[in-house]
Amino acid sequence: MSAVFSLTMVAETLRISAPYACAAAGGVWAERSGVIQIGLEGVLLTSAFTSVAVAHATGSAALGVVAGVIAGAAISVGHGLLVEKARVDAVVSGIALNLSAMAGTRLALRGLYGSASNSPAIEGFRFGPTGSAGWSLLARVFADPVTLLAIAAVVATPFVLARTRLGLRVRAAGENPVAAAAVGVDVTRVRLSALAISGAVCALGGVHLAFDQHRFESGMSNGRGFIALAAVVVSGWRAGRAAMACLAFGALEALQIVLQDQARKGSLGDLVQLLPYVATLLVLAFAAGRSAAPKGLGKPAEE
Amino acid sequence: MISSRAARNALGLVFALAGVVLVLNLVAFAFGQAPAATLRRVVEGTWGTPYGIGQVLFKASPLLLTGLAFEVALRTGLFNIGAEGQLALASLVGGAYAAKLPAGTPWPVAVLSALVVAALVGALVALPPAIMRARLGVHEIITGIMMNRVVDVIVPWALTVVVGSSSLRTGDIAPGAAMMRLERVVPSFSGSAASAAFPLAVAAVYATHALLGRTRVGRELRFLGLNAEACRAEGVAVPRRLAQAMLISGAIAGLGMTSTVLGYKGYYELGLGAGAGFSGIAVAMLGRGSATGLVLAALLFGTLEQAGLAINARVPKEAMNLLEAVVIVLVAVAAHASRAPAATAASPASTSAPEAST
Repeated sequence: MSAVFSLTMVAETLRISAPYACAAAGGVWAERSGVIQIGLEGVLLTSAFTSVAVAHATGSAALGVVAGVIAGAAISVGHGLLVEKARVDAVVSGIALNLSAMAGTRLALRGLYGSASNSPAIEGFRFGPTGSAGWSLLARVFADPVTLLAIAAVVATPFVLARTRLGLRVRAAGENPVAAAAVGVDVTRVRLSALAISGAVCALGGVHLAFDQHRFESGMSNGRGFIALAAVVVSGWRAGRAAMACLAFGALEALQIVLQDQARKGSLGDLVQLLPYVATLLVLAFAAGRSAAPKGLGKPAEE
Repeated sequence: MISSRAARNALGLVFALAGVVLVLNLVAFAFGQAPAATLRRVVEGTWGTPYGIGQVLFKASPLLLTGLAFEVALRTGLFNIGAEGQLALASLVGGAYAAKLPAGTPWPVAVLSALVVAALVGALVALPPAIMRARLGVHEIITGIMMNRVVDVIVPWALTVVVGSSSLRTGDIAPGAAMMRLERVVPSFSGSAASAAFPLAVAAVYATHALLGRTRVGRELRFLGLNAEACRAEGVAVPRRLAQAMLISGAIAGLGMTSTVLGYKGYYELGLGAGAGFSGIAVAMLGRGSATGLVLAALLFGTLEQAGLAINARVPKEAMNLLEAVVIVLVAVAAHASRAPAATAASPASTSAPEAST
């Protein structure tokens, strides 16, 4: 039981939660502006791949991070253009985004590295003490620039949304696009800006995933974008609560890893993996009805 | 109305095909292949030979059913993103059940009972999202995705622990449960995996469309997708109908196992039929609500998937998944450009705020 309450557990929870929290913060940015975004998964994958490809080509981890963030913002804005300008159904566009990210990164893996499964290893960032003791794991988490950026973005999101001019406009565009337009807000432009931020914040999660493994693996986002979306819904589209939900989910996943090591021998061992998903379903069932979506979610900029 | 709808479908298809050819050329070029030769390989591998045609029909078979499943739910305003999990568990349990049948079981009993089992399991996987949407108003996209993940964990576990297989597959199905290969009727299909599952799936598409249009339940389901508030005011049991639509959708998705488990492999193995659930969404979107549209869309996607295999030695088959995404977007753009007023009525965006059912 001591494995469950330990510094290792804390460090693992933070490490595992980071991509979820970034994706959820990205989801809040997009959906509070009124654009349904089920393509977070695709943003994670694209940014993870781009960061590794650039870091591998240039030998600079920092350039990799920058490229990953730009790529995430770019395809997120692409989603916004399809939805707001070409009036493609946001769910359809999101599905297309996910599909093309999945296929595109696989194609690029085979084209660039001749592998169907993973990229060559990259150096990434290696700061902090070595060793597998709990305190050194925790120190490494807090010495990792990508993790720090991720935490900063996730913590900043609720403040920017609640307290700044930009945040106010984003919320206005999401709650009542017609009224926002009537008082002179360029709703389409605000939504595209929100999607750029959404993509950039979510991309930090993708970069974190890839740098954590020191390489890109095919399909490595593995449903995290969707779970982040669930966190957004459960939290009632509030950034702070969504981050908390992701932290809780990360803790469950860390717990599942610890338990699985111990339960491996039993025939039910692999079912421990169900824990995070079943927990999410239960939370959804009990939190039902209390969450309110932005009123203008999915509504076009002008009637 | 009918002719303008046909025109819209045709326009979408032309857009999609132009986009497919363009992107295929670009990808082939990026991989150092002559675009013309790649295009020729695609045609030869699909509609150019009887074997290729048979393979296209085989690849289209599960998509017909997952596409139909998605469409039935969408008509009611529900977004069944869980077909992937519904199909996977139905394939496993249906396959395991057919493997347990005595070898001498006559085919009507074997096939029909296997279909019932698959449909029930598909509906079972759709049950949590159905109840949570109908009674609690929890959005079915989120619950559907969670159920997909749950099935992802359960299937390999069940194969090793419950079925007791070390090679992650079920036993061979009883001979009576196997779908007849089409090569026995059309000898030139020889070697392809096309089976009686294809005509059955086509029949299911037309039959379901007829039922949706002509029965009371079917009409209520459609009106619900158009205007849930009005239905509630008219005394339609909205939560109950929502749940029914989701369960029917899950059952249809489960039947997708006929072509893969019963028609092709003769057993279920981990990953068999994977991806058909998600592709079904695109097929339904492409079909734009008509039975013939759905069949054509499934054939197009079947062609793309088979074409991926035909070029895989030189250009990775993932190129075809990229093409699927291109098709989805182009058709959606074309649909808007042609100003289809009815096209957005049943779109999931109008249901994005789950209605409180209490």
